[in-house]
Amino acid sequence: MSQRYVVVVKADCPTCQLITPVLEALAPRETVALWSQDDPAFPAVPGVQHDVTLKASFDLGVEIVPALIAFSDEEEVARCEGWERAAWQSILEDSALGAELPALRPGCASLSVTPPHSERLRAERLAARRVTLGQEEDIQEALFDRGWSDGLPVVPPTPERVARMLEGTTRDPAEVLGDVPPNLVPVTVEKVAINAVLAGCKPEYLPVVIAAVEAALLPPFCMHGLLATTYFSGPMVVVCGPLAKAIGMNSQGNALGQGNRANATIGRALQLVIRNVGGGRPQGVDRATLGNPGKYTFCFAEDGDPQWSNLNEDAGLPRNANSVTLFAADGVQGIVDQKARTPEPLCRSFAEALKVVSHPKMVQAADAFLVVSPEHARVFHDAGWSKETVTKTLRDYLTRPGQELIRGAGGMEEGLPPALAERRFEKFREGGLRLVRAGGEAGMFSAVIGGWGASGTIGSSPVTHEIRL
Amino acid sequence: MSTGLVVMDPTGESVPAARTPLPLPASVAGKVVGLLDISKPRGDVFLDHVEGKLKAAGAEVRRYSKPTFTRPAPTALRQQIAEECDLVLEALAD
Repeated sequence: MSQRYVVVVKADCPTCQLITPVLEALAPRETVALWSQDDPAFPAVPGVQHDVTLKASFDLGVEIVPALIAFSDEEEVARCEGWERAAWQSILEDSALGAELPALRPGCASLSVTPPHSERLRAERLAARRVTLGQEEDIQEALFDRGWSDGLPVVPPTPERVARMLEGTTRDPAEVLGDVPPNLVPVTVEKVAINAVLAGCKPEYLPVVIAAVEAALLPPFCMHGLLATTYFSGPMVVVCGPLAKAIGMNSQGNALGQGNRANATIGRALQLVIRNVGGGRPQGVDRATLGNPGKYTFCFAEDGDPQWSNLNEDAGLPRNANSVTLFAADGVQGIVDQKARTPEPLCRSFAEALKVVSHPKMVQAADAFLVVSPEHARVFHDAGWSKETVTKTLRDYLTRPGQELIRGAGGMEEGLPPALAERRFEKFREGGLRLVRAGGEAGMFSAVIGGWGASGTIGSSPVTHEIRL
Repeated sequence: MSTGLVVMDPTGESVPAARTPLPLPASVAGKVVGLLDISKPRGDVFLDHVEGKLKAAGAEVRRYSKPTFTRPAPTALRQQIAEECDLVLEALAD
């Protein structure tokens, strides 16, 4: 059985200096390799190796110096970071070692875990192709020229920034999340991180971005069709759970608007993954006739209204889970009702606004999200109406006779075949109307977010996917 | 060789990292080709010759000139060429 030991020190560490007598005693031993991170002249003994790139320290996973690591048949069998006399004596099987030294002294941070070295070392392990920009190139213009932007400036994805981004997740950078449409290119956690850097994300947002990408690739969401359609829609991301608040997302005033970094960059990162990894570009495979501004980014957090079920519970997850819900969304249509103080009239207002999603005569086509603001929610709470009660009432109010919906009715050619005149139709398919709480404290304003005309099995269904940290 | 910033490729890496020129058209017939005279002496003689060749190949030719070879083309001129032409020939020479 072959035994060997590695000792890693740095001169700029008082504990390493303190144990100089121990290092001098160990240096002559053939089974001991001595590495110095910062100064090959420390300790002043023969055979010290200079870990100038810090790669040896990094590969050994050293976090604190001095570090002592024992190997038996090339398997690590013991490790002590910092000076613990008893541990060093035991590992090195030498009860006299450092007897004159104090029993315990904490060490210092290894240079291999100290910025900027730590980021450089982690970045060296990443797989994505490096692109060297021209020295005379303006960095921002160079990134635009390569087509990596959605039209707004992007943050240059240097290897160090990508390494920092990946600190936001415990997942392996090489893990493949799925194939991104339209080109069906396998996407790794690392590629998501690169696009999250481009989008302007902080590392703590990365788990949400990864979950959004995973959700977009779930078959029921139908990302390929959503990208390729001539319709307006793009992916909307609603984040539910304590993580939303922890990372500073906005669920309150201006929740659907600008100005919050997490909201803005998480939605943007998802779109950049589709664009850059999948190759989905406007006027390419993205055949949208008009599109909508939410295709830059459309992401917000759900308000933690205690009186209504949240999107986690609606999907069968625990209330305090963290999840993303993706919806194939168009733009935002406002609803004003400042007079209603009881649920039924407010539901009537909501129903009239929901009726026009896609077209007032189209039924069982697009889904819709209704974003209910606090002042409107209060009307329902005061009357003891649950989310289910509101949803059921809206479905009732949105059930209409075929005569109103057939071709020619109301002077409009758009509509159902005349043979369906005697039937009644609900506006939305089963599960096609979803309620979510968000918005500022003041204002009796809610919002309809209509969806892609192809819903359910023929197109996209909203999906809720748990976030893994 | 001195180099600039190194960034990580955010794409599917299905095309070369080095930027490549746009593909050449199969034919210039029926295309509007702009010739940009950079205003160096006798450049017009050369461009007259090029114009003749292009016309013989079925292209419509439009001529433009920069006010001075010492500065980049003014934005308005670049936009005019982009609006009016399918293709543009521009070169720097002495």
